[in-house]
Amino acid sequence: MTLDPRLLLLSADDNCLIAASTLAAGTVLEIEGEAVALASTIALGHKLARRALAAGDKVLRYGAPIGHVTRAVAKGEHLHTHNLESDYLPTYTFDAGHAYVGRDET
Amino acid sequence: MNELPTDPALLLGYPRSDGRKGIRNVVAVAYLVECAHHVAREIVAQFAPRLAETDDDGAAVAEADFDEINVHDAAPDVHLIGFPGCYPNAYAQKMLSRIATHPNVGAVLFVSLGCESMDKHHLVELVRESGRPVEVLTIQETGGTRSTIARGVEWVRRARRTLGAMRPVPMRLDELIVGTVCGGSDSTSGITANPAVGRAFDAMIERGAACVFEETGELVGCEYHMKSRAARPELGDAIVACVEKAARYYTIMGHGSFAVGNADGGLTTQEEKSLGAYAKSGASPIVGIVKPGDIPPTGGLYLLDVVPDGEPRFGFPNISDNAEIGELIACGCHLILFTTGRGSVVGSAVSPVVKICANPATYRNLSGDMDIDAGRILEGRASLDDVGREIFDVTVALGRGARSKSEMLGHQEFILTYKAFEPIGPGCLPIASVSPVRVIA
Repeated sequence: MTLDPRLLLLSADDNCLIAASTLAAGTVLEIEGEAVALASTIALGHKLARRALAAGDKVLRYGAPIGHVTRAVAKGEHLHTHNLESDYLPTYTFDAGHAYVGRDET
Repeated sequence: MNELPTDPALLLGYPRSDGRKGIRNVVAVAYLVECAHHVAREIVAQFAPRLAETDDDGAAVAEADFDEINVHDAAPDVHLIGFPGCYPNAYAQKMLSRIATHPNVGAVLFVSLGCESMDKHHLVELVRESGRPVEVLTIQETGGTRSTIARGVEWVRRARRTLGAMRPVPMRLDELIVGTVCGGSDSTSGITANPAVGRAFDAMIERGAACVFEETGELVGCEYHMKSRAARPELGDAIVACVEKAARYYTIMGHGSFAVGNADGGLTTQEEKSLGAYAKSGASPIVGIVKPGDIPPTGGLYLLDVVPDGEPRFGFPNISDNAEIGELIACGCHLILFTTGRGSVVGSAVSPVVKICANPATYRNLSGDMDIDAGRILEGRASLDDVGREIFDVTVALGRGARSKSEMLGHQEFILTYKAFEPIGPGCLPIASVSPVRVIA
């Protein structure tokens, strides 16, 4: 199956794809032989789902797990701090909704 | 990368009494406590080349002082290093000892206030035994700020004349130690610049060089893959233990090396960042683990363990990228390959820093600071092998005396803070099979 040239697949086992440039919301991409319109803008280097994922599924990049999704994710949806969490250490961001978890809470 | 140069002695280096050679011949001015920092900085400032002045639009209105592109044709650089702490610390003492006798350093001026705990007598003795010009000025005994600066400037002037008369000799690739670090990472770092450094590392190691990667805190999640690359079983176990130590340390600190800017760049989790950072190590077997100040005894790939031993005492292991660069230099690294996606501009005292930019948009924005445009890979204008080859070529060019962009811009960042380490465990180092070129003091 040919890969959309606007996307990068780092390992054959991966269930995420990387945007090779910034892709605007509404852009129609070919993902696994199916046309998918982007629900949100995906910036250069950000990830999107290669296939639908269920809550708790591991996300694979370079063929290795980089964390798990915290809710169901549709094919082509942006994968980031709002729906993907580390299996090791909390991620610190400025988002109030996904704030740094201090050591007292872990 | 088959058509790489075959001349084994294609670099130029200044021979030192311990058998190593330096690709630079720097006069280091080292303050031994923050109280001596200003005096040391003023001495260095007398010799610092100035960037060209620019008008409001950034156009040059005067000549910059960097007219000699090749370091061997220019007057020796004068760099500022030092340690701010007044209380004693064995790690800081070892770091300054190693950096003061680094092959890129030709002469050392220590600046002391007079009541700090750093053992200046031991430092002076080490440098003197190495055959380098050395002096210590103690501000409390030298009449204060003005007279210490005047005496320091006079000493540095003489040291520069002495070093300027030295000529470099041929140096082989198997005498070179190269370090790598990443900073200001985004999601492109792990897919362009980092794997390209890995290719360059593999080519250098094949030709006998020692290459050092680090950031064990950023290798959380890669420990079992690294173990499978260890040259000896006991080394594999030591690698896993070293990453487990890092994971525990960062858990106590509250979070890992992940910075807010990393998430803006598309990285989501620590292990995702780790895998991208890990790509810098290439595919060669891992032959040893070193800690800050340990010098690789052979060629090959080494992991630098930067996370302190024991209970956390002094805060985060490395508070910024330059703390890690300083540790790579203390391990004898002659130059540092620095990959960045978001765009770091730092350089370093003592060893030149090569900036490899992973993100094509960042490269266009910061091209004056970047040596290599690895983001070409994303735009289909180059392969990983092409960029790996370019990194190899730039490393050789710097090893022959060309300056990196950060050197040309006058970057000489240096930071050294409190840490505590136990010596490396048994089985961490390979046995040198021939008489070692590099001597561990």
